[in-house]
Amino acid sequence: MDTQEKLLEMEHITKKFPGVVALRDVQFALRRGEIHALLGENGAGKSTLIKVLTGVFERDGGDIFLEGRAVSPQSPQAAQNMGISTVYQEVNLCPNLSVAENVYIGREPGSAGRIDWKTINRKAAELLSRFDLHIDVTQNLDRYSVAVQQMVAIARAVDISAKVLILDEPTSSLTAVEVRKLFEIMRMLKARGMGIIFVTHFLDQVYEVSDTITVLRGGEYVCSSPTAELPKMQLVARMIGKEYEDLESRPSSSLADRGKRDLFLRLQGAASAQISHVDIDIQKGEVLGFSGLLGSGRSEIARLIFGVDPIVTGGLEIGGRKTAVKEPITAMRAGIGFCPENRKSEGIVGELSVRENIMLALQAKQGMLRAMSRRQSEKLADEYIEALSIKTPSREQSIHNLSGGNQQKVILARWLATAPDLLMLDEPTRGIDIGTKAEIQKLVTKLAGEGMSLVFISSEVDEMVRCCGRMVILRDKKLVGELTGEEISEDMIVKYMAGGEQFEPKTETIQ
Amino acid sequence: MSQKLRQFSKNQIFWPLMVLLAILLANGIVSGGSFFEMRIVDGHLYGRLIDILRNGSKLMVLAIGITMALATGGTDISVGSVMAISGAVACSIVDGRLLPGASGNVAVAVVLALLAGVLCGLWNGVLIAKVKIQPIVATMILMVAGRGIAQLITEGKIVTINSDAYYFINGGYILGLPFPLFIVAFAFVLVMLFTRKTAFGLFIEAIGVNSVSSRFTGIKVDRIKLMIYTFSGLMAAVAGLIESAGIKGADCNNAGLLIELDAILSVAIGGTSLFGGRFSIPASVIGALIIQSISTSVLAMGVAPEVTLVVKSLIVVVICLVQSKKFKETIAGKFSRRAVKEA
Ligand SMILES: Nc1ncnc2c1ncn2[C@@H]1O[C@H](COP(=O)(O)OP(=O)(O)OP(=O)(O)O)[C@@H](O)[C@H]1O
Ligand SMILES: [Mg+2]
Repeated sequence: MDTQEKLLEMEHITKKFPGVVALRDVQFALRRGEIHALLGENGAGKSTLIKVLTGVFERDGGDIFLEGRAVSPQSPQAAQNMGISTVYQEVNLCPNLSVAENVYIGREPGSAGRIDWKTINRKAAELLSRFDLHIDVTQNLDRYSVAVQQMVAIARAVDISAKVLILDEPTSSLTAVEVRKLFEIMRMLKARGMGIIFVTHFLDQVYEVSDTITVLRGGEYVCSSPTAELPKMQLVARMIGKEYEDLESRPSSSLADRGKRDLFLRLQGAASAQISHVDIDIQKGEVLGFSGLLGSGRSEIARLIFGVDPIVTGGLEIGGRKTAVKEPITAMRAGIGFCPENRKSEGIVGELSVRENIMLALQAKQGMLRAMSRRQSEKLADEYIEALSIKTPSREQSIHNLSGGNQQKVILARWLATAPDLLMLDEPTRGIDIGTKAEIQKLVTKLAGEGMSLVFISSEVDEMVRCCGRMVILRDKKLVGELTGEEISEDMIVKYMAGGEQFEPKTETIQ
Repeated sequence: MSQKLRQFSKNQIFWPLMVLLAILLANGIVSGGSFFEMRIVDGHLYGRLIDILRNGSKLMVLAIGITMALATGGTDISVGSVMAISGAVACSIVDGRLLPGASGNVAVAVVLALLAGVLCGLWNGVLIAKVKIQPIVATMILMVAGRGIAQLITEGKIVTINSDAYYFINGGYILGLPFPLFIVAFAFVLVMLFTRKTAFGLFIEAIGVNSVSSRFTGIKVDRIKLMIYTFSGLMAAVAGLIESAGIKGADCNNAGLLIELDAILSVAIGGTSLFGGRFSIPASVIGALIIQSISTSVLAMGVAPEVTLVVKSLIVVVICLVQSKKFKETIAGKFSRRAVKEA
């Protein structure tokens, strides 16, 4: 490798947290015009490496060279000034500011302290339309879904003309169409000589877009290699430290036993402020998928059933009885659980411990006055930390100190602990590594086999195909199709989602 | 043993307790020991420490009530006005100008004053939990209107009363100890039991950290907020009774004036974040004692009243520094670095 080309080098990086060595003697090198995938299991240290590089954390040891010069950015802002632009795993924009403000915050165009709002709004809209995102940029960011927020964060980072662009799991809640758009833009930036660090758990994407791969495991550097020279099976083996067999196999029982089942829940002409007129039946012991593009209404149906967005008209029957669900707790008492898509704002309770986060829903379901004893809650937590292999130094660790994927597992544990009759999972494997993802998919099938009903929502079509026994497809907040058993295939879903022949999205040229 | 000590030093009440001891010790040294003197007269305990406890009882009661509001990320700045209302109701009844039928019955007066506090708290709770007004704005309404209401009750006059039974609330003794201390102890034990033996405490902390996530886990966020503000109103009414019994009357303009600031400060000094989350009632109570002992000792050291507030705020700044995690880390870092150099 020509040293001239080296844009960024990190050597002997070490970072310790109380009870955890997150990084031990890690090295990483990025060249100009390279897309470099940084891979590893949940808790391997990927995000920590990025945060050390961008000054979020102070490193305990090691050196960082940017274009051959030793640097030590003290804050993300300082890193940005040096030419390192970052999209962190947990989108940290300001939900109460408008989309346009979020794109330009900290670098507003204008002169002498005056901010030129017209220009900001126009430029933001232009920028986002390059990503095929045609939204009202003057609206508050929190009006939009996680995926849109993720796109806004990416657009912002891309727009900062930087030398190094870092994307930490940028595609975790995007659908195929947006991912394609993102890759186009990444390739364009690469052609301009930018170096891009790309963290993801989607190996297909790694092979599609990256030039080089670096693997971390348990906080240590494992290997670095051109993507073309590292086949998938070998890569997975490097990541998990052992051979891995059944990645592609479809969970066995998902297709079998599709006889007549009892009805668990029925929505009839139900509508909330977000979605109108839904008719859906959910049977006992089935895995029902909701598919659709961003904003198609798939999450909205789940939120309506769970009482997050109250039903305005129409009816909801649970177990044959008409039920008015005004609040989540009512739905929970009727046997429903819901693991929401937006982990940071609707899932985790940041400063509380892993134990408290796991026990919270069960405790709420039991009622405030029937407190679980300390010992009971510890037992519960240990059980799930073990069952879902949650990586944490102790059950008393604050959940916000866990890696993204491990936080997701804690939320999953919270809902499994309530032993619901119907469990709705909105992007349950978001940010979860490949091994654990397969475990969760197996778990879903197993729970259904035991008689639990599941609603499964995921942007990952192949995961939907693998898990669901039946699937409804939504477009523009309407049900547009239903597939059962063998009919469920990637082609069919995609066709329905995009509305037949319109599937090829209109692409705008990018200059 | 040292293991246990280290554990304790991580506890939220550790630093407030150290500060309190330091202040008391400083007082003891400056006064040449007389600060700690206690006398028993007629089987009643007297002394500076007892004064601090008795005079601090109002603030302790308020801090117990307001801690939970702060822990959910809210606040209650109406407690001073609610104190005035409670004092006005009680004194007007004892005086006989209100409810002449009750003929100055102290028990009726106390119950109705507490009820008034509950209603005030409920009002705050409804505005915050149901109407979704920001807590500081919602409670500001009662903070401003409350004194007017109190004036209406007393018909704009300062009501002085003559009732030994009522005086007992502040000046009475049981087992040689001032009666207000028993009120504090009762409220304290009640709240501790309720927050520790039920899931109430956990739910409050969850709401304070992330109220949206909390709602998704099935916690009835609105109902818990309603309970918290109602309770804060009740505690303010209790403090109002103690205060009016102390001054032997109701002075609507001055009762509990600006005490909401001291109450919030007590909680902050106790180490509960005003952004919400983890809270500790014992730490808040110690916080209240710290503020009370600062006030008392500044007076006792003969500092001119004009300077009192300045001294008080300086001490508060120091306490906040000691509480600050960053500050502690910096200091600890300096020490360990020096130790490394010396080694
Ligand atoms: N602020 C923190 N305090 C304590 N421990 C932390 C902190 N941040 C990360 N860790 C620990 O460091 C380790 C590495 O975490 P990191 O977030 O880098 O993982 P990751 O590779 O990004 O995983 P994921 O794929 O789940 O996002 C984990 O064991 C985590 O518990
Ligand atoms: Mg990560």
